Amino acid sequence: MSETFHSAVIEMRGASLGALRDPSLAVLEDVNWAVAAGEFWVVAGQQQSGKSDLLMHAAGLMVPTDGSCRVFGCETEAFGESQLSERLRVGLVFAGGKLFNQMTVAENVALPLCYQKSLAWSEAAQVVTVLLGMLELTPFANSRPSSLAANWRQRAALARALVLKPELLLLDSPLVGMGVRHRQWLLKFLEQLAGGHEWFGGRPMTIVVTTEDLRPWQHPNRRFAVLDEKQFTVLGAWDDVTSARSPAVKELLAEPVETTI
Amino acid sequence: MRGNLAKAFELANTQVFRRATAPKSYTDRLGRRLFLFLLAVQGLGAFSLITLSVMLKKFGEARGVMHPLVRQEINRAGVKLLPMFFFVALALGFVVVGQTVSALARVGQTEYLGSTMVIVVVRELGPLLTAMLVLARVGTAHVIELGTARALGEVEALEALGIDPVHYLIVPRVIGMALGIFSLTIYLIIGALGSGYLFAFLQDVALTPGDYFKQIASALGWLDFALLALKTVMFGFFIAIVTCYHGLAQPLRLEDVSRVAVRAVTQGVVVCVLVDAVFIVLYIVT
Repeated sequence: MSETFHSAVIEMRGASLGALRDPSLAVLEDVNWAVAAGEFWVVAGQQQSGKSDLLMHAAGLMVPTDGSCRVFGCETEAFGESQLSERLRVGLVFAGGKLFNQMTVAENVALPLCYQKSLAWSEAAQVVTVLLGMLELTPFANSRPSSLAANWRQRAALARALVLKPELLLLDSPLVGMGVRHRQWLLKFLEQLAGGHEWFGGRPMTIVVTTEDLRPWQHPNRRFAVLDEKQFTVLGAWDDVTSARSPAVKELLAEPVETTI
Repeated sequence: MRGNLAKAFELANTQVFRRATAPKSYTDRLGRRLFLFLLAVQGLGAFSLITLSVMLKKFGEARGVMHPLVRQEINRAGVKLLPMFFFVALALGFVVVGQTVSALARVGQTEYLGSTMVIVVVRELGPLLTAMLVLARVGTAHVIELGTARALGEVEALEALGIDPVHYLIVPRVIGMALGIFSLTIYLIIGALGSGYLFAFLQDVALTPGDYFKQIASALGWLDFALLALKTVMFGFFIAIVTCYHGLAQPLRLEDVSRVAVRAVTQGVVVCVLVDAVFIVLYIVT
């Protein structure tokens, strides 16, 4: 167990996690979690269960109120300017995208590249064009995020998180508000990333996603965890999810109630 | 939020006091106000120092992104305000300079013209009026933009991309505001003095343009230029600091943004008057 923790990409031990809106308010307590390189984790929980807060901590943007959180072996408590190279190994896609509305989609994607590599916008254009093409965003390159549908905004946010070629990708509720075609596209694309996409040098990417619905994420190679009543519980593989008796898991596996007028 | 911004805001977390029920006695209310004021001063001081340190530490970093941003801010706090300042310079020339010139000419005291103009227009009215107008026009926009960015989670998005929000959001605004106020003050002073003479000329004041500008030039010392530059840059720095601080320091709620903009403008006016008072003392001492 300790060896697993030692080589973990994300490692939380006895961590109490605060909420983004009020860090003194604990949303998760005593979290023990290790994510190894190349793993694909699906963390499920209802609204306000602390999914976004967990990812904010895993990205090093928040510090646990108690216990420890390490990302690539580096304590997030000390995740300052000097650890910038470690921080840039993590890509985070926020729920809803959180794109910069005053910029175009292409500028949003180019920003981290231009800022971190000290490039002019024109110098980053080649990389951005390839990435936008890969995510089928080329027709929207010069559009503002506010003029795009949620599906495309989510893809643009994904492109922005991927432009620096991170090793760990965190996605906060990526399927929320997406149409069927876009959902299928995203699931397939994430599978390619997890298997080793050629644009990232064929290296399998470590991925953590959060969700309110476990069913679309069914896959034998993925690992699952659930957040319920301030507790983080590792379920294991998909078979363990389906055999779990917890009401919280059953709820996360249930068909949504269809309402008709 | 963590890093540089968090440090400043942790120091001055006034929310606990603002949310508490209002005290009943006047002395308690006064005490609460004083405490809030001191916390605001502490927060602004910390924010100023952090901004200065980031400006120095990250000077020349990410030029491809930062240079266009700085140009954009100079454009917004300077170039785009030129038409408005042209009108203000004409008005100032007519209201203050023209009437002063004509009044001094009527009583035969035109020899005081130069020193009067330097004290009224160059030292006081020009810089302060420019600062107030830029605060109202650009400062409020800063609060609203940054407040909205904070409320929509754009600041967290920047941090997630490894971009220091102080460097990316604050530094260009501080530089733009400082250079904008400095340039607009020079423009306003020249415009007001020129149009002032024009209005005096229209009132048949017996004073040649040569005599008029010679008197002003002889009343100006090198210290006036140095202090004018320093004062306007400080106005710009502090206005940007106050407006950016209030834009970013508030909780993540869109409905707070307009209320915070009013508070930022009020504090901006107070800070400008305080800076002006310091310079009045400096002028008297020197």
